[in-house]
Amino acid sequence: MSIQGKKVTLHDMSLRDGMHAKRHQISLDEMVSIATGLDEAGMPLIEVTHGDGLGGASLNYGFPAHSDEEYLSAVIPKMKNAKISALLLPGIGTVDHLKMAKDLGVNTIRVATHCTEADVSEQHIGMAAKMEMDTVGFLMMAHMVSPEKILEQAKLMENYGANCIYCTDSAGYMLPEEVKQKIGLLRAELNSNTELGFHGHHNLGMGVANSIAAVEAGANRIDGSVAGLGAGAGNTPLEVFVAVLERMEADHGIDLYKIMDVAEDLVVPMMDHPIRLDRDALTLGYAGVYSSFLLFAKRAEAKYGIQARDLLVELGRRGTVGGQEDMIEDLALTMAKEKGLV
Amino acid sequence: MTKKLKAAIIGPGNIGTDLLMKMMRSDWIEPVWMVGIDPDSEGLKRAKEFGLKVSTTGVDGLIPHVLDDDIRVAFDATSAYVHAENSRKLNELGVIMIDLTPAAIGPFCVPPVNLADHAKNLEMNVNMVTCGGQATIPMVAAVSQVQEVEYGEIVATVSSRSVGPGTRQNIDEFTRTTSGAVEKVGGAKQGKAIIIINPAEPPLMMRDTIHCQTTDTPDQAAITASVKQMVKEVQKYVPGYKLVNGPVFDGNKVSVFMEVEGLGDFLPKYAGNLDIMTAAGLRTAEMFAEEVKAGSIELPAR
Repeated sequence: MSIQGKKVTLHDMSLRDGMHAKRHQISLDEMVSIATGLDEAGMPLIEVTHGDGLGGASLNYGFPAHSDEEYLSAVIPKMKNAKISALLLPGIGTVDHLKMAKDLGVNTIRVATHCTEADVSEQHIGMAAKMEMDTVGFLMMAHMVSPEKILEQAKLMENYGANCIYCTDSAGYMLPEEVKQKIGLLRAELNSNTELGFHGHHNLGMGVANSIAAVEAGANRIDGSVAGLGAGAGNTPLEVFVAVLERMEADHGIDLYKIMDVAEDLVVPMMDHPIRLDRDALTLGYAGVYSSFLLFAKRAEAKYGIQARDLLVELGRRGTVGGQEDMIEDLALTMAKEKGLV
Repeated sequence: MTKKLKAAIIGPGNIGTDLLMKMMRSDWIEPVWMVGIDPDSEGLKRAKEFGLKVSTTGVDGLIPHVLDDDIRVAFDATSAYVHAENSRKLNELGVIMIDLTPAAIGPFCVPPVNLADHAKNLEMNVNMVTCGGQATIPMVAAVSQVQEVEYGEIVATVSSRSVGPGTRQNIDEFTRTTSGAVEKVGGAKQGKAIIIINPAEPPLMMRDTIHCQTTDTPDQAAITASVKQMVKEVQKYVPGYKLVNGPVFDGNKVSVFMEVEGLGDFLPKYAGNLDIMTAAGLRTAEMFAEEVKAGSIELPAR
């Protein structure tokens, strides 16, 4: 199917999802220089917060180098054209964080819930819509349920006031056909003026292919990260995706060479580890596990001597969802006890 | 004089019914009234079958009988919106109010930590915080009783089926109330609370992780002993309160991993988050009754 001439709005995740890969330690200078580079490359929307969203600063997920307020205050005034978005997970962040973000000039709020729990987002989506923000409902781990269930939950968020709904492949588990089914059903059944988005992870190497499938099925917002900097094997690498869109003659509005340069000159040099599909990241995609579990599982392996892959497979079997990072150390301890290692 | 205090339960839903079933086994509290607003509700019918008097017109239907039936304690399992009125009306008649809603008009009560103080002071309204608070604050307190806790953080993971519409519509109230109580009752200088809802089937048992950051190097032996002792205290009213792992020490971080299995009275066993609320509420009323019997407090004169 041709997407020639189709308008695709790209949304960079390197300064939010990328925080997972950097253990939330991106410096203010790095934030500002990458955001500025992206702005100059024509990126319309850039997400900035702790990896787990507003209020994510915690012992459980990791304390960041700087607070959400500091990051947002540093980046927003420097933007010429790009708008800044913030993620909010009800249960972690609250409407107080949302108001703070709005006051600092955040344009887009993305309220994220597990794909079956949309009804916890009513107060946050409602408040953001009331404040006339660009309000996005973000359904995570969308691979775990049927297209019909995603639609049911999307309708709740639409009803609370979201003007855009995301199908979010948090585990990087989905394949293009599934993306098409889910986005296609949302496109057919949601209001025609509700925008649709797709957020991919590259754990099975399908980030670009899935994003193209999403656009073909009716999504117009696509998340990715410059140089793929994100949890797990990273997000859809944006510079690659832009090149593909360019060849498909879609209307993306990004300067390809400039975004390639941001990736190569700014983002890759600051990576703590190469963002690649190592066996643990591959396990996330294969077993359907939340991508930000990756580094926690690797640390648990180092500390307790239980293979990260074994931990991740078991966490997948137990049906863990985003935010349950505490279960990784807990499980590692239990498995280590069983093996007589502790 | 009989030692049992007579009680009313307001709200015949899942929580109210589970509370009733626990109360029928109590040596200290006798359930007499169940208060609802829908005459056709299953909960009221069930209460009637158990031999309770029922009001179908809310607390107003109970008020005329409070003195005659010598109602001394009421449990409010309705909502924060109506609790204030319920409490005012019943407090006026000298009824002690155990608040299971998020209203939190009265002081927070986490039985093994501060119930004894509330009972001795005859607090006429005590609030049971949140399910996550009941499950985790004893652990924060166990650490802060040993040494200063600079920061306390709790993560409560509950099954989707055990989270009702009220909590879902105002999930911020959970995080706000719980983090406040981690400070006020748990003794952490700064508190944070996180709630995760998991839809897995079969439903997962309530899980709680407690992280404390101590100001100075943690005294591992003393903290471990304090945590184990506190687990035993909670097990007195919630036998399924289980230390799965920990305390684990990492620098000044102390982590404890808990599982809470309910008794399975009316609520299913996996809903340990709801069970610990009803059990803590009942335990609270029982301690008031014990103090009355011991003569250390006197109920309002009638």
